[in-house]
Amino acid sequence: MDFQVVVLAGGNSKNLTPLVSKELPKPLLPVANCPVLNYVLHQLEQSNLKDLIVVVEGEDAALLVGAWISGTFIDRLHVEIAAVPEDIGTAGALRAISHHLTAKDILVVSGDLVSDVPPGALAATHRRHDAAVTTMLCSIPVSGPLESGSSGGKDKAKKLGRYNIIGLDPSKQFLLHIATGAEIEKDARISKRILHAVGQMEMRSDLMDAHMYAFKRSVLQEVLDIKDTFQSLKEDVLPYLVRSQLKSEALLNRTSQGEENSNEKVSSQNNQAFISRILANASTPSFHGLYSENPDGSSSTRKTHKCCVYIASSSSYCVRLNSIQAFMDINRYVTGDADHLLSPNNIIGPSPKLGTKTTVGPNCRLGEGSEMGDKCQVKRSIIGRHCRIGSHVKAVNSVVMNHVTIGDGCIIQGSVICSNVQLQERVVLKDCQVGAGFVVTAGSEYKAESLAKKEK
Amino acid sequence: MGAQKKGATARVSEDPEELARHPLQAILLADSFTTKFRPITLERPKVLLPLVNIPMINYTLAWLESAGVEEVFVFCCAHSKQVIDYLESSEWSSQPNFSVTTIESHNSISAGDALRLIYERNVIHGDFVLISGDTVSNMSLTQALQEHKDRRKKDANAIMTMVVKQSKPSPITQQSRLGTDELFMAINPVTKQLLYYEDKAEYSKGFISLDKTLIADNPSVILHNDKQDCYIDICSQEVLSLFTDNFDYQHLRRHFVKGLLVDDIMGYKIFTHEIHSSYAARIDNFRSYDTISKDIIQRWTYPFVPDVLCGSSAIKVERQGTYRASERCTIGSNVTIEGSYIWNNVTIEDGCQLRNAIVCDGVILKSGAVLQPGVILSFKVVVGQQFVVPAYSKVSLLQQPTQQDSDEELEYADSTSGTGELRSDKLNGDIAPDLSEIASELGTGGVGYIWKVFEGAYDEEWRHSVAPIPTDKLVKLMLDRDEDEELLTQDGNIISASGELKTDSDGNGSEDDDNEDSRDDYVSFEKEVEATFLRAVHENVKVDLAVLEVNALRLSYNMASVDCGGAIFYSMMKLAVESPHNSASELHRNAADIVTTWQKLLKSFLHDIDEEIEVILKFEEMCLESAKEFAALFPQILHLLYDKEILQEDAILRWADEKEGADESDKVFLKRSEKFIQWLREAEEEEEEEDE
Repeated sequence: MDFQVVVLAGGNSKNLTPLVSKELPKPLLPVANCPVLNYVLHQLEQSNLKDLIVVVEGEDAALLVGAWISGTFIDRLHVEIAAVPEDIGTAGALRAISHHLTAKDILVVSGDLVSDVPPGALAATHRRHDAAVTTMLCSIPVSGPLESGSSGGKDKAKKLGRYNIIGLDPSKQFLLHIATGAEIEKDARISKRILHAVGQMEMRSDLMDAHMYAFKRSVLQEVLDIKDTFQSLKEDVLPYLVRSQLKSEALLNRTSQGEENSNEKVSSQNNQAFISRILANASTPSFHGLYSENPDGSSSTRKTHKCCVYIASSSSYCVRLNSIQAFMDINRYVTGDADHLLSPNNIIGPSPKLGTKTTVGPNCRLGEGSEMGDKCQVKRSIIGRHCRIGSHVKAVNSVVMNHVTIGDGCIIQGSVICSNVQLQERVVLKDCQVGAGFVVTAGSEYKAESLAKKEK
Repeated sequence: MGAQKKGATARVSEDPEELARHPLQAILLADSFTTKFRPITLERPKVLLPLVNIPMINYTLAWLESAGVEEVFVFCCAHSKQVIDYLESSEWSSQPNFSVTTIESHNSISAGDALRLIYERNVIHGDFVLISGDTVSNMSLTQALQEHKDRRKKDANAIMTMVVKQSKPSPITQQSRLGTDELFMAINPVTKQLLYYEDKAEYSKGFISLDKTLIADNPSVILHNDKQDCYIDICSQEVLSLFTDNFDYQHLRRHFVKGLLVDDIMGYKIFTHEIHSSYAARIDNFRSYDTISKDIIQRWTYPFVPDVLCGSSAIKVERQGTYRASERCTIGSNVTIEGSYIWNNVTIEDGCQLRNAIVCDGVILKSGAVLQPGVILSFKVVVGQQFVVPAYSKVSLLQQPTQQDSDEELEYADSTSGTGELRSDKLNGDIAPDLSEIASELGTGGVGYIWKVFEGAYDEEWRHSVAPIPTDKLVKLMLDRDEDEELLTQDGNIISASGELKTDSDGNGSEDDDNEDSRDDYVSFEKEVEATFLRAVHENVKVDLAVLEVNALRLSYNMASVDCGGAIFYSMMKLAVESPHNSASELHRNAADIVTTWQKLLKSFLHDIDEEIEVILKFEEMCLESAKEFAALFPQILHLLYDKEILQEDAILRWADEKEGADESDKVFLKRSEKFIQWLREAEEEEEEEDE
């Protein structure tokens, strides 16, 4: 397939502090003992999309990520690593690597997406409609109930209830309206022009943009070029394309300067419209086609482009790791009944050493080389590699990363303990995040706090 | 506990019985409260106009009877006597199991009034069908009624079920084949609840604005542009009382439905029922008259077609879309009739040409007369020999009513046409002396007035006419649409710009959007004030009068008096700049003159400090934007205003205080007038000292 994949892996995410740090950029944040980027790359590999550009924010992070990828996916994927400055937004990142893009279509996927939806399906939909952009929509994930502090979880679920307002055509193939970000809180403004063309539009607020897009390269590059203030794919580029789909400026203005591809496109506009109609399997032409026709049936000069959607089935899993809550949810899900998400290289090594009367409940994952003392209890938790855990330790609904030392008698609930943390004896943590390298002194108790070393 | 339970169950079992006990009732509004069918409706009520040779009301009544309605209340207002007479003489008055009762009113001016009156009569005892007398349908009510009742049982707030039908408007004219304006509805696909209704589409607005709570409450909402309102409603009793409670409701859709949807009155809900295979349409204008006539001829409305409704009269379908009334019409030779409607007793002499016209009873077309497309000839009009009636003319023996109220609300008022009725009686006597005068308008021997088309309404004429839309209109519309689009895309760009803003700071963008409308208003208000002021200057209007005029403007634009002060000051300064001057000092003198002459006008809008501060801010804005020449004179003018007691020192000082915290760029003028302010402050302190 002539598809190039751009993985926007990000870098240091503010939402995830103290989990991520300079030493551990977001793409490498372990989910069930396996960097989150691995999930995306694995899915891409499964879909036979092997020509990748991984875009990382910050040079240092790029080096780390590059090292990991070359170690893990060597010979399996053709990966280029590109470092971009921080805080230039998703559109900015694409603009920065625009000259690397050569394929006819570009698949852009967020590096923090943990999903079992095959990217290939999105790519196929995109090709079938000859769309300018195809976006993946998925059901809004239900924030899993936390045993501890379930009320807090509920509040959060309510608040995160709506991510997007999305307008679809009756066949649910085309994207007619999208509201993101702050727009959601305002009254929705729906273009009558598009509504005229399509007749009926379904407004959905139970779907969200999964941050996986397929773009026609020429369209993407032109939009990025013309609209140099666009920062975000999700909030600027996609809404712009959706808005202008019946009057495609992107294709109209720059035909002469465009490369051979876009020249060809204009000259064979009619032809293409015809072919895309056949490809769309539609007995009647789609509304785009109808709209661009004059009443006498001839095709006019009006340019349209298609914005398509691929709606993941409601049973599939698709969550972005962009908050601590999401991190917990994903960890729980992955260790639960979603073994299929894990690539084969994630198989756990020789089982860890357990002390006497230590119980490890279901939905747990222990990394290789970890040791546990006597009478420990581990429930629905993940323990990384080479951790040393003392006796009488209780860990529930928690994530413990690598090389963590936990003293005797600690109780950990709903918390995240990053790598190289030392918990001294009888520490009680509830709903806390402990940043890398932090030392929690003996006997201290914390609730719903974020503990991290002071940045020097 | 047990007893209570028993009571509850008893009530539940009673419920369906209770509903069943009432015979199904219907309210038929035999008056559409509009003027779309004028001039014909000045002489005969719309419901009695022949639709394929049978008065419209017959189709409605026949359908109601077949749909199981047992009791119909016919509400008559305009030409009520004609309607009542007709019903009494018709077969409807003697049907078993189907009673037709007329309710007469002479002072109702809207559907709202009609329903209020019916409520007072206290004749409706349960669910009822609300329909107007110009509706043709063959749908079965059973399912819709059942749905309505089931919903009612679950949710007492579901008070109305509206019947809708698939009908995609033309993408070019944006109107349905019935000639009605496009309709936007939002419906919850699961519950079928109606969430949004917009029928009087504002063409200027390229967007539909859905309330955010609406989307928040419904995970899925379907927006329809492809549905047609059949104007058949199944209502519960509450609808009537709602009309009584909200005495300002006039129009069924525009006020009642919108009121319920927008204002959320008592949580009442409206639902929709979509019909697929059956027919339902309302004759709203001449275009729908044409469309529905054709539908009837092609038997889409079976069994409600003329030969079934009254088997005796012979209907000839000559050509598609053309039929000829068989009763006493005389048509000469060499006559071309295309797509026209010719009622009874019409005489068409040799060599006439008719295209897409409606010709009412008793019309005489003298030989060689030509009716261009879209002509309406009302009763007994005579068209002179060889006369060409221009396209879209409406010709009547009655003179056009003089009220030219474009305002819809007021149109109801004169559409009651109690007046029309009276006038027609009078006219029968008076017609002879007028004849010679009228004659000229319709050629030699012609009788009738050609109604003038109101200015502005002409554009709309073709939309609702019987004639098909001419191709040049379509082409023009296509072009218009393209232009519109350009505007819209620009619009879109503006939005995206604010969208980008939002990524940085959430609040800003949304505020801008909200302010946009009021800003536009303000700009036009300012222009008006300026014009008024200039007129006052040039025509030496007295200050009192100018104050009055500005006040009137303020009310009509719904502005605060703060805005008036700013606007007047703006106009004054603009005048000063525009009057000839060579140097800054001359400009200063100009300004001083104007301020001196008109200080009273300005002063009468500056009641408190806030308003005075507004003037200073306005001045600042001017210096920065429209009248940069003043920038240098800022402190002087400020001083001038102070001297003239237009601005109090408090206002100036407060302005200075407010500006203290502003950005450097904002403080340019503050710095320039520092001296003056300093002086003011000192003066104030001195005063205080003196006071002590």
